[in-house]
Amino acid sequence: MEHYISLFIKVVFVENMALSFFLGMCTFLAVSKKISTAIGLGIAVTFVLAIAVPANQLIYHAVLAPNALGEGIDLSFLSFITYIGVIAALVQVVEMILDKYMPVLYNALGIFLPLITVNCAIFGGVAFMVQRNYNFGESVVFGIGSGVGWTLAIVLMAAVREKLKYSDIPDGLKGLGITFITAGLMALGFQSFGGISL
Amino acid sequence: MADTKEMKKVLFGPLLDNNPIGLQVLGICSALAVTGSMQKALIMTIAVTLVTAFSNLFISMMRNQIPNAVRIIVQMAVIASLVILVDQCLKAFAYQMSKELSVFVGLIITNCIVMGRAEAYAMKEPPLMSFLDGIGNGIGYGAMLMAVAFFRELLSKGSLFDIQIMPLLRDGGWYQANGLLVLPFSSFFVIGLIIWAIRQYKPEQVEKD
Repeated sequence: MEHYISLFIKVVFVENMALSFFLGMCTFLAVSKKISTAIGLGIAVTFVLAIAVPANQLIYHAVLAPNALGEGIDLSFLSFITYIGVIAALVQVVEMILDKYMPVLYNALGIFLPLITVNCAIFGGVAFMVQRNYNFGESVVFGIGSGVGWTLAIVLMAAVREKLKYSDIPDGLKGLGITFITAGLMALGFQSFGGISL
Repeated sequence: MADTKEMKKVLFGPLLDNNPIGLQVLGICSALAVTGSMQKALIMTIAVTLVTAFSNLFISMMRNQIPNAVRIIVQMAVIASLVILVDQCLKAFAYQMSKELSVFVGLIITNCIVMGRAEAYAMKEPPLMSFLDGIGNGIGYGAMLMAVAFFRELLSKGSLFDIQIMPLLRDGGWYQANGLLVLPFSSFFVIGLIIWAIRQYKPEQVEKD
């Protein structure tokens, strides 16, 4: 149990998806103008990560890993196309289930749900899971934790940007420029978690 | 056959006027992570340009056959196959480099530039123009990547492409290396400042709020 808790803390703070590995940056910068949308997107990403990482873990170890399907069969070169297929299919399934059973959440997420397929945080999460050789339990914790970490980062970012509206910024830096620099400073802050040993 | 003026616009427009990173906010993840050295940035640029160009070409050739409902999956399949090719080539011919780039080669699949251009351009335009658009956007992305890598490698190691330009203090030279620029997040600052510079030069890109 302790192992799982420390893994969770580690992926939320020390190895934050957005601010330490810079994954999911495009959406991170583009959709962080308002706190409410940032929260919605964060929940959707957490949701998909929590399912996609364990699902791909099972598929990788049952089919793709060297010698999984039989002696001498190594399908690991197919990994990218399999992961992305699984992610795309999962997003589609999640969308249908939400539409049928939780229409409120579905409407709140709106366009963000299909866009999650191309969010690199999801693909990055899956790729890291394989690279670090997590078992099933760890991959569940890792999936949820990295989603929570990403949500935390984007909500903080949105909060800063809502305040930034009232500050006097040079014309050329308005919008994207200042967002980049803010994100840099936030990443610098998150860097300090690196000193924690778990 | 489109006239040459149009082709030129498609090919060089993304460099400054419509830069994928600076204006379209696409493909930022890899821009931050692989800009520690010029060499890495160059390999990444070549890989992304090839994938974008060919995925645009193939998707544009199929654009009238793809049913609208499953287009994302079809685009993904094309892009993923191309990235696997690039990955296998890197592993075969530049193993050290592929180790250093680690997951970021795979992440070209979810690089929004590839997907974004396929969706925004290749689904509507004929193959040749889409191919050029892919190359153009690859170059625009690459230019930004190389610019960031230039400052980061020069200021953090005093070298370019691993050739020492400014001799470091610890090797008996005069340049004190800047440790901040070794860290990946420093590229946020560099990109932010480059965007500022571009927008001073081209004031019409300034965002109004």
